[in-house]
Amino acid sequence: MPQESYKVETHYYDVVVIGAGGAGLRATMGLAAKGLSAACVSKVFPTRSHTVAAQGGIAAALGNMGEDDWRYHFYDTVKGGDWLGDQDAIEYMCREAIPAVIELEHFGMPFSRTKEGKIYQRPFGGHTIRHGEAMAQRSCAAADRTGHAMLHTMYTQALKHDAKFFVEYFVTDLVKDPRDGRIVGALAIDLNEGTLHLFQGHAIILATGGYGRAYFSCTSAHTCTGDGGGMVLRAGLALQDLEFVQFHPTGIYGSGCLITEGVRGEGGYLTNNKGERFMERYAPNAKDLASRDVVSRAMTLELREGRGVGEHADHLLLNLAHLGADVLRERLPGISESARIFAGVDVTKEPIPVLPTVHYCMGGIPTNYHGEVVQKVGDDPDVVVPGLFAIGEAACVSVHGANRLGTNSLLDLVVFGRAAADRCAEIIKPGAPHHDLPSDALEPALGRLDKLRHANGGTPTAVLRVKMQRTMQADAAVFRIAETLAEGCAKIDAVNAEFEDIHVSDRSLIWNSDLVETFELANLLGQAVGTMHSAAQRPETRGAQARDDFPERDDVNWMKHTLVTVDDKGHCAFDYRPVHFKPLDDEVATVPPAKRVY
Amino acid sequence: MSSNAAHLKRIRWRCRRGTLELDALLGGWLDRHARDTDAAQLDAFDALLDCQDPDLWDWLLGHAAAPRADWAAIVADVRRHAGLSA
Repeated sequence: MPQESYKVETHYYDVVVIGAGGAGLRATMGLAAKGLSAACVSKVFPTRSHTVAAQGGIAAALGNMGEDDWRYHFYDTVKGGDWLGDQDAIEYMCREAIPAVIELEHFGMPFSRTKEGKIYQRPFGGHTIRHGEAMAQRSCAAADRTGHAMLHTMYTQALKHDAKFFVEYFVTDLVKDPRDGRIVGALAIDLNEGTLHLFQGHAIILATGGYGRAYFSCTSAHTCTGDGGGMVLRAGLALQDLEFVQFHPTGIYGSGCLITEGVRGEGGYLTNNKGERFMERYAPNAKDLASRDVVSRAMTLELREGRGVGEHADHLLLNLAHLGADVLRERLPGISESARIFAGVDVTKEPIPVLPTVHYCMGGIPTNYHGEVVQKVGDDPDVVVPGLFAIGEAACVSVHGANRLGTNSLLDLVVFGRAAADRCAEIIKPGAPHHDLPSDALEPALGRLDKLRHANGGTPTAVLRVKMQRTMQADAAVFRIAETLAEGCAKIDAVNAEFEDIHVSDRSLIWNSDLVETFELANLLGQAVGTMHSAAQRPETRGAQARDDFPERDDVNWMKHTLVTVDDKGHCAFDYRPVHFKPLDDEVATVPPAKRVY
Repeated sequence: MSSNAAHLKRIRWRCRRGTLELDALLGGWLDRHARDTDAAQLDAFDALLDCQDPDLWDWLLGHAAAPRADWAAIVADVRRHAGLSA
């Protein structure tokens, strides 16, 4: 029981959306447009969500710049995901990409255009036509502000349809009706007023993003703490495919800020502590231009074999001084400034210190292609959890399988944000009455809030967070073998157990960053534990899960989704869901498993 | 809690941005100046935080000029600290 009684204001909506990035805004907008009352609850202002960082564009086979077909996009996505993606969901995403992007255009999104006035499309890695024969031009962008333009456009649309926003509200937990266990709401702190709020809805949509901050070196903003995944684990539900975490080869050492692949495209190359261009040994043909996973693995092996640079021999060098100031300024704008600011180097004279850096979480809350959360119950792997949805990076539909293609993330947000709203409109009647909850319904969430607020142990949140991040970086990064994963499991379990000793210094509820970061740390820890143990139990190499002791993909035994639950003691339990091989209909044929070569 | 302390806590939260780069640069400014800044500059910083992330990024990289003199002073300070010419 809480030490003090808390006053909680209850808000009733047809649907409650948690998170206001691309997925949350698309869902909120769609719900409101369909006549449902919708509340969108977000810890940061919508246009400050991490979607703003996406510059590459959004994939859709519009064919504006030459031959294309959504079936080619479907093939590329299945192959890119190393046959772990669900082909029904992938068909849905690639087909619906076209109307979803046209809709964005009609909502006023300022896409870059061709001379004829069509949406301009550019090529992007992994996107091809005729099953790999040639590069496709499939990515629709709004200059280098695609993510921002998308957020701005959808936020404006949501306001136009009278959606209600609760901004700078932090959601701590899902709330169940104790009589039947159904998830009916979420508890939130209004950070500005320090008041507590229960948002009750006939459906709750989690659009809370990825958990990249579980790692020491990650390209995500500080706000990417996987809050929805943490809430789902505490609600006793399983997460899916957490072992699949995408690394980008060139994050700046220390800060994690991304140096684009374009640098290597222009002739930049990596070296070790001997000054050796080591990629020549790992990929004699493609060298520094090999795919992300190949370069990241090579870098990790160099580090493990003691050829890193710096005091701790823990990073490598990206050289581009030979390109000359003119090429850098003209073809790689912003890179010189980023390197100066975040690495303190002058790229015309010195190399940039870099490290493979966490970029995207393929795993998350398992859903079907309507965005409905699914769990395995008995022998049925596709049982819908009533009233609970997940979309965007928080979710695992699974469209990205074991490895996501560039420009498919913005697409995922829009298509499944839209799908979740459409599904809600099918199953929820606007204005349907809510059941009053029994008085003890809020007890678990309030008890936890009260406990953390008064947490008076010996470990500050920031200290435990760095321990978790260093453990994940060391043992759940690119290099994975049974021995190091076993060590990693023991270490991350110990870090997780230390949370019992957490210390929160600020007892107030107003703008209490310390308390919020403690809630966020709890969310990260659950997924960190789940990720390490999931990686340890999968003895194969597939997409982002690269096991040096099991270098081949094992389709016979492991072409299946991992389900992991993490209980309140930090114990993991595993189960599996089959991959959906059958597409939705006969418009496209199953892509049978093959070796993934480019 | 004094209103000044609450104001600082609010500003601290709003240094949470959509990109890691802005988290570091704006949060870094607050870390360095929370103690020595005056009320007017803190208000200017608060208003600066209401701007859109892509605009802030352009100003900080020097690709465009911040439209207010008090913002430009903060931008110049961040740039100097980051080793870019102010």
